[in-house]
Amino acid sequence: MSSIHPSEIQQTENIRTRPLVASFILFGGVIALLLGIAVSVSFGAADIAFTTVWEAVFQFNPDLTNHQIIQELRLPRVLGGAMVGACFAVAGSIMQGMTRNPLADSGLLGLNAGAGFMLALCFAFFPGLPYMSLILFAFLGAALGAGLVFGIGSLARGGLTPVRLVLAGAAVSALLVALSEGIALHFRIGQDLAFWYAGGVAGTRWSHLEIMFPWIAAALIGALIISRSITLLSLGEEIAVGLGQRTKLIKLVGMIIVLILAGAAVSVVGAVSFVGLIIPHLTRYLVGVDYRLIIPCSAVLGSLLVVLSDLGARMINPPYETPIGAIISLIGVPFFLYLARKERRGL
Amino acid sequence: MESSIFAADRRKRKRAYTIMLIIGGLVILSFIISMNTGHIRLSPLDVFKTLFGMGVDNQPLILFEFRLPRIVISILIGSGLAVSGAILQGISRNALADPGILGINAGAGLMVMLFVSFYPVTSNAPIFLLPIMALFGAGFAALLIFMLSYKKNEGISPTRLVLSGIGVAAGISAAMIVLTLRLDPEKYQFVATWMAGSIWGTNWKFVVALLPWIVILLPLVFYKARVLNVLNLGEQTSIGLGTPIKKEQIWLLAAAVGLAGSSVSVSGGIGFVGLIAPHLARRLVGPRHELMLPTSALLGSLLVIAGDTIGRTILQPSEIPVGIVVAVIGAPYFLYLLARSRA
Repeated sequence: MSSIHPSEIQQTENIRTRPLVASFILFGGVIALLLGIAVSVSFGAADIAFTTVWEAVFQFNPDLTNHQIIQELRLPRVLGGAMVGACFAVAGSIMQGMTRNPLADSGLLGLNAGAGFMLALCFAFFPGLPYMSLILFAFLGAALGAGLVFGIGSLARGGLTPVRLVLAGAAVSALLVALSEGIALHFRIGQDLAFWYAGGVAGTRWSHLEIMFPWIAAALIGALIISRSITLLSLGEEIAVGLGQRTKLIKLVGMIIVLILAGAAVSVVGAVSFVGLIIPHLTRYLVGVDYRLIIPCSAVLGSLLVVLSDLGARMINPPYETPIGAIISLIGVPFFLYLARKERRGL
Repeated sequence: MESSIFAADRRKRKRAYTIMLIIGGLVILSFIISMNTGHIRLSPLDVFKTLFGMGVDNQPLILFEFRLPRIVISILIGSGLAVSGAILQGISRNALADPGILGINAGAGLMVMLFVSFYPVTSNAPIFLLPIMALFGAGFAALLIFMLSYKKNEGISPTRLVLSGIGVAAGISAAMIVLTLRLDPEKYQFVATWMAGSIWGTNWKFVVALLPWIVILLPLVFYKARVLNVLNLGEQTSIGLGTPIKKEQIWLLAAAVGLAGSSVSVSGGIGFVGLIAPHLARRLVGPRHELMLPTSALLGSLLVIAGDTIGRTILQPSEIPVGIVVAVIGAPYFLYLLARSRA
């Protein structure tokens, strides 16, 4: 093997990693995120100067209305957006890595619809349920949706192909959305549910963030811990087994992390699709194939996307808010179509 | 040898006609059941009497002004959606094609929503414009999807078609969500019910608006059944058999869009009828379109009438839109088909 075939060079080119780019993304991304958060906090129905924002955070004075607005409304909202973005993006990259499926996304694979269905049940039968239980039900719902999609997708002969997963996701979503709609119409909770479906971080409160944060932090740390194994899984099941990975265990842990992340995010922001689709692709394109780099970078980029979209949602048509889910879909759909057009392997 | 083939063919046809008769009978049966059920019950005898102008009190009103138009519309949209699905499955050679999944319904829905948000529902809005607007929307969505899934050297690949359809549907529903949230609550309830797929056009005006499309397009498509048979054999074979496939594909696609768009304009987002009915029909009478198309039209009608009747009665006093009932039946069937499909 003295001469290397050109295609092999091509391949090594494709699978190399770029730690330098990754550290740049982490560093620059965090700065951009902080800037985005600052702009997002100061911008809104009442424009507030940056200096006031600074004072509100570090020298909080409860007598000033602007400080109140920032502390009680803007900050939790923006921080919630950042958290949710990280959740969706990491959940998406774990799913794409584990299933080797370029089209994996919590919205496309029925997790969001499942969580929405459970929330519809909660709104209808137990109105006024505490937020903690709502989150738990959203987890359960996400698990239900994912279980149905993956279960049915893998029943088919020939196993799970990306197209089959997307189709099963579309059908399971259609079923669960139909059931939620039926419940909503019967109990007249339609518009509540629609606001939730459209996705929005406007209603986020500190208490929500406090409940959510430990879960999300634990899941993100867990994701970093198994990131090396996910890289191996993304090379293929056989290779991972050959390299001594306990693939069943890793897949189980990965799935639980995905459910926690997606469930928590969906319970805060509603059914936002496509963050988990776009961001991992973008990150992989930028930093290479090592999930130890992809996972933290996509968390940062996901936060940035959601924070900026939320800002956009408030800027497009003030004083009304455009649903953030719709804005992200408008970016995400062309990207999905591009992937669908490009992808031919295994479809 | 030859005569036995013909004999087998005759037997098959005979069997298919019997099946069609049976399904037709079931449609009539559910027609009668549907007329009896509802908030105010009418016995079969009452229905019969009222039909011949001997109804008492408000019976004629209930029957002729509320139930009958609704049932007639169910029959029309059921057959329209089913045949539209059959055409789409035929020309794309994709067993999972359906106007709902391919985003054609969503396109029609967007236009209808725009229309409704500009004209109040209660006023005498030009109702005949509704199917035409829906057609524009459906046609636009279909054009977009086909352009996206078309590649110069490969033509239209079935999987790309489905994926583009799902993507386009997601994009359109995002746009619709933005629009719905800006409606006032009363209109919102109306639009939400419409989107869930309910036969809200419960008066004769809608029947009149929808009827011409179905009555003209269905026979034309039945007439083209043999073209669909040939297209089913694959692109190369059809060219070899002398079919101008591009032209026929576009023609049939336009018919499918017309059927789906006009049906959706009245019924709202009913998915899965266009998927299930052709499949069941194929299973019952085989793949030949001259038998399969009428059978799936009948099955589609049956499905929508049954779904509508179930939706009206199962959770009284609220009405569950027929789209939801059909999705609850149809999605599991779709998943079943998916689980059985080969790679």
